[in-house]
Amino acid sequence: MHPVIELDGLEVRFGSRTILKKLNAKLTGRSIGLLGPNGAGKSTLINTLLGFHKPSSGTARIFGRDVRTQAREVRSLIGYMPENDSFIASMSGVRFVRLMAELAGLPREHALERAHEAFFYVGLGEVRYRELGTYSLGMKQAAKLAQAIAHGPKLLFLDEPTNGLDPPARLRMIALIQEIRERGDLNLILSSHLLRDVEECCDEVLILKDGNIAAFCNLEEERRSNRRFLELETRGGIDGSFVAAIETLGCETAAGAQGRLKLVLPDELEIRQLYQVAAEQNVQIRRLSHKRDSLEDIFLKAMETADGRL
Amino acid sequence: MAVYKKSYRPYDGGLTSSWTRFLVIPRFAFEDMRKSRFLTIFFLASFIYPLICSLIIYVQHNSSALNLLGVQGANRLISINATFFLNFLGWQSMLALFLASFTGPGQVSPDLANNALALYLARPFSRVEYVLGKMWILIVLMSCMTWVPGLLLFLLQAYLEDGWTWMTANSSLAVGLFFGSWVWIVILALLALALSAWVKWKPAAGALMFGVFFVAAGFGVAVNGVQRTRWGHLFNISALIGSVWVHLFGADPAVNNGGAFFRMPAGEELPLWCCWSALGLLCLACLYMLARKIRGAEVVR
Repeated sequence: MHPVIELDGLEVRFGSRTILKKLNAKLTGRSIGLLGPNGAGKSTLINTLLGFHKPSSGTARIFGRDVRTQAREVRSLIGYMPENDSFIASMSGVRFVRLMAELAGLPREHALERAHEAFFYVGLGEVRYRELGTYSLGMKQAAKLAQAIAHGPKLLFLDEPTNGLDPPARLRMIALIQEIRERGDLNLILSSHLLRDVEECCDEVLILKDGNIAAFCNLEEERRSNRRFLELETRGGIDGSFVAAIETLGCETAAGAQGRLKLVLPDELEIRQLYQVAAEQNVQIRRLSHKRDSLEDIFLKAMETADGRL
Repeated sequence: MAVYKKSYRPYDGGLTSSWTRFLVIPRFAFEDMRKSRFLTIFFLASFIYPLICSLIIYVQHNSSALNLLGVQGANRLISINATFFLNFLGWQSMLALFLASFTGPGQVSPDLANNALALYLARPFSRVEYVLGKMWILIVLMSCMTWVPGLLLFLLQAYLEDGWTWMTANSSLAVGLFFGSWVWIVILALLALALSAWVKWKPAAGALMFGVFFVAAGFGVAVNGVQRTRWGHLFNISALIGSVWVHLFGADPAVNNGGAFFRMPAGEELPLWCCWSALGLLCLACLYMLARKIRGAEVVR
């Protein structure tokens, strides 16, 4: 089984500037997030995988196919939703998606059928005969998603899919992406600088900084491992006897900031038992929260490294 | 699947041949062009001159028709020769220039203005196929205006004359019609697409197309006047192509010096290899302009 994307010493240069610096990674997740500040190289990486930029050294493979030597084959597996407005303003929505599906190789009657389906799927069924130039920003984003999925790709590239959307439109877009992911028919790569989008849609994250891989993590594993971490705050500060009583339950403890107590719970311990101990010790628990090492923490840690190199 | 189900499903049907996929672009473009009444009328009007020519050929071979018109012996005034076909090609090529100026600028510029190239090229579809698809529209239309009716006239003349004997004796006319038209069509199509790729405003791109022919020719005349030379004609694309046609038709340059708009001034003819080289350089320049602009993603260095 080939990884979804394999980067093998991938370097991309524009003139004297090196944009991607010898990247090495194997991405196997169903939905992979590409994170990074502006100018980190996210769009360049996507464009290189699409064959728009030639690597100056190294290579990348998608499902085991080399993007350099098997570009046509690679592109037949891909659906691409670009970041900017990309469409032909004078065409109706469904005709445009049909054109794109035919260019992807679908026979004309299938292309037409799938263009209609894709438009209904993204929620634009009622406006599919309107010219694309008259669409609102949210509708244009949805139309871009429609053209990206109409030909049934195996891998979907979504470049900033929620750019410029208002909150309800953003929620609809995220729900669509999640639904596509849950169906399990295709893998998706979501490039964004919005941590929330990536956190809600992805199970693997590749963080880029200055053309280097600053971090790579499996969000699912992070979420699982974070479940046993707790942060606890009591009225009047932490009492020594209370800490000792908790430790008898098998918890590891450490003093946190602002008089809080950090705990690592043993697998068999239930939260209810902590409340029982607190009651016995006459301690009032004010706040108890799972201390998640959130994507934000991971991202900020990755950004702290000097040149972004792992 | 019924549209009301509104769910995503992968595609598991067959795919079209990758070799013919570029034809999708002209098919959509023809659908759009049919909506333009002006273009439709102009295209149909371009067949008036070939019809007149076919009438001339018919009348030239039909004494009874001449008798009926009361112009006995007029057939001696009409000659179906290289001059006749060069004039035909000249007139039709002029119309082809107009057509290319009307339709060419609308080919690439909307895709560039709307950033649609990334979507075309993110598919199993190359830059060459894209350019070929866009050129195909102009090639088909201009072929219908130039070499297709030209060869039909040639066949009509051969049929009414001595058939095979006339055809073999005048095969250079057919060669000239076919290859001469193709040289003109390729130059026009490449120039129209290149200008369309660089000038995103359609009217400006159309005007520039005429400018390349008329203003550059004027510039060439000015160079000739100031420098007392004839090399300024290298800027005159129509005169260059006229010289090439005369050669392809196997005509005598002293008698047949291109047709109307495509005439090189007498005594100022340039060597044939210079004409070919200049036209070749023009095509290379257009290809370079297209290669610079037809990209999936713009590179900011």
